[in-house]
Amino acid sequence: MFVFESGNVAAAGAVKLARAKVIAAYPITPQTPLTEKLSEYVDNGTMEAEYVAVESEHSALAVCIGALSAGSRAFTATSSHGLLYMAEQLHWTAGARLPMVMCVVNRAVGAPFSIWNDHQDSISQRDAGWIQIYVADHQEILDATIKAFRLAEELCIPVMVCYDGYYLSHTYMPYEVPEQSAVDAFLPPYSYRHTLGPDNPASLNTVTLPGGRLDIHGEFAPGYMELRHSLDLEMKRAIDIYTRIDGEFAKTVGRGGSPIVQTHLCDDAEYVAVALGSMASQLKDVADTLREEGLAVGVLAVSMYRPFPGEILTAALAGRKRVIVFEKALSFGQSGALYSDLRAALYSCDTKPIMSNYILGLGGRSYKSSDFCEAIRQSVARDSACGDHMGWIGLNR
Amino acid sequence: MATDDLRVLTSDSHAGPGDAGRTGSWRVLRPVIDYAKCAPAKSGKPSCFYCWLYCPDTVVSKTLQPQIDLTYCKGCGICAEECPPGAITMVEESKFSDEDNR
Amino acid sequence: MEAKKTQILDLCDEELVHPGNRGCAGCGLNILYRIGLKAIGEDAILVVPPSCLTVVQGLYPITCSQVSVLNVTFASTAAAASGVRAALRAQNNDHTKVVAWAGDGGTADIGLQALSGAIERGEDILYICYDNEAYMNTGVQRSGTTPRGVLTANTSIGGKRERGKDVAAIVAAHNPAYVATCSAAYPLDFHDKIAKALSMKGFKYIHAHTPCPPGWQMEERIAVSVARLAVTTGLYVLYEIENGQMKLSEPSAKLLGKKKLPPVSQYMQAQGRFRALTPADIDSIQNEIDTKWAGYRRQMTSAAA
Repeated sequence: MFVFESGNVAAAGAVKLARAKVIAAYPITPQTPLTEKLSEYVDNGTMEAEYVAVESEHSALAVCIGALSAGSRAFTATSSHGLLYMAEQLHWTAGARLPMVMCVVNRAVGAPFSIWNDHQDSISQRDAGWIQIYVADHQEILDATIKAFRLAEELCIPVMVCYDGYYLSHTYMPYEVPEQSAVDAFLPPYSYRHTLGPDNPASLNTVTLPGGRLDIHGEFAPGYMELRHSLDLEMKRAIDIYTRIDGEFAKTVGRGGSPIVQTHLCDDAEYVAVALGSMASQLKDVADTLREEGLAVGVLAVSMYRPFPGEILTAALAGRKRVIVFEKALSFGQSGALYSDLRAALYSCDTKPIMSNYILGLGGRSYKSSDFCEAIRQSVARDSACGDHMGWIGLNR
Repeated sequence: MATDDLRVLTSDSHAGPGDAGRTGSWRVLRPVIDYAKCAPAKSGKPSCFYCWLYCPDTVVSKTLQPQIDLTYCKGCGICAEECPPGAITMVEESKFSDEDNR
Repeated sequence: MEAKKTQILDLCDEELVHPGNRGCAGCGLNILYRIGLKAIGEDAILVVPPSCLTVVQGLYPITCSQVSVLNVTFASTAAAASGVRAALRAQNNDHTKVVAWAGDGGTADIGLQALSGAIERGEDILYICYDNEAYMNTGVQRSGTTPRGVLTANTSIGGKRERGKDVAAIVAAHNPAYVATCSAAYPLDFHDKIAKALSMKGFKYIHAHTPCPPGWQMEERIAVSVARLAVTTGLYVLYEIENGQMKLSEPSAKLLGKKKLPPVSQYMQAQGRFRALTPADIDSIQNEIDTKWAGYRRQMTSAAA
């Protein structure tokens, strides 16, 4: 069934189809309409779930941690300061290996306060041990959120589905909603290896020694390092597993694609523009325009940012003349985080492209397709001998 | 499915004694019960058991002659302090020979 | 009608706390935990933030607790417990008890927001705060409940300047199903209040005064008797609040009949942490106690009239 709705409603629909049993949320713009919609579903009986209206985002994730540990699928959503207020809980969720799914509706971070969009919130949390998926349109919001539950539960690693505040959250687009039966066939009931309860008396997340220790039966139990190593190993598997899950989603629901990276006109592209989220959609138009000018431009959308698909990206980008990374976040004093990661991934290839990093759109600063075109032309025109460079788009100076 | 062979995802501790080792080694004073004064021992009927009630360390048995598990008793002396007839004396560990400790 | 009071002989023999745990010798929390779990039983999920109870439980992979425990971040106890309850409700499980068990810092300070939210939502959980009146686990720093004048690691010269928070009153102001105060010196009272609380729906709160020999700077063996003095001198009052009505519990109610209570100086002099108090300070604390108890007696008389 096709509907014409906002991105937040698309996300809410996915959570309903995934049959989340516990939803905890705290209002923050631009996420709020998503969880308002879920509260409506719970109140009007179309969704069988517990809705816990908590007093903070820290508690929202705490409720989910409690629910997931006690054996129920849980969901929350947040933005900006809400995500940062959850910071320790993010690490806790990942360390406890809880299969959490959360939508992050990207928004800038204060001070000064900004309610508008950029990616600083989720990018700053890239090292918390969560899988991060960035989506480009409403259909992807819905599909990725459903797939995220499957991915999280197969790996016991939490997943953030990140989408741009306003650009996606508050705009209306047509998208297709799958049948409940198809989603049920795709997503098995929730399970978690360490589910707490009288049948499994255990104390979860207790203090763990650096070096490991014998248990009461004399068997060696891992230390903190082994648990962290395991999380890292398992997270890296997400790339293959998500690809397989996407294939199964395509079989049951009828839509799939390239879940890790998505390309547009890349086959013969000499210059590739790289971005996260809805910027990638806009860049497709930009590439089409520049192609008309005779520039062989392609677009690569990084859908899965953590784990970082370095090999896939290296294969896709090695040998290109230019790679131009557009980012709505940065690691102050360094560069955009995606650019850093990508540059590190390409370091070892023999035919390393010249790279440019453009920072734009911070705190909702508007950007037009013509801005992207200009930046790409500028990057292409640069003398290769000058090497990589960084620039800002749209600064009034 | 997992590539790593850890049987756990996070620390899941299971119940057992002696997490801190044989905590009896912490003890400086040892509780010694004089059963001639101890209410249940004297009467032969279950009664009193304040030593059992107040023991922070689950080392006193709720038996007619209460026994103290010296493997784990930390020697806090609360049992001696709380014993209504004053049947428990705290005695310096150095007073006991290796034989006693066996 | 009052439920029959549990006697020592009636207490469940089965121990749900193993010996040889990491609690200090003479730990008041260990007494409460041991007796408390007898009242809670094995069909329960406990939620515990960082606190001495984290240490008492033990280092992975061994724990002293025979019941399920979810260890959570410091500020999130009441919220995580709400999540456990929500999951159980979603699973139609109405028998497993959800008990949050936190220290005074985790309750009065960093956990107060989540606690307040959970009470306001009427979450069906029991929240137990064991109050040893400082951050003992980190080495005895002042907490929100540390009484005025107490020497701690960060009030080490003149003692804490401010009064302690009355957390039970803060909780009671939310009008939950049940509020009670307890003391490690009265474990049977603690046991019965837990049992009563768990028989009720909605949010239940128990605040337990908990002696800590290293933190209170006293010999281990007098831990219980000093905690008892806090009650018998009238300083720490044991009560229950149901439907907004406060009722003194037996150990404190007994004091109503006494013309004069033992001086609070006995309680203070038994501990090193109060040694910064001057005789005038102790007099003023005594005056506060006398005024408080005069009030209780007046209420009694007017209730009887």
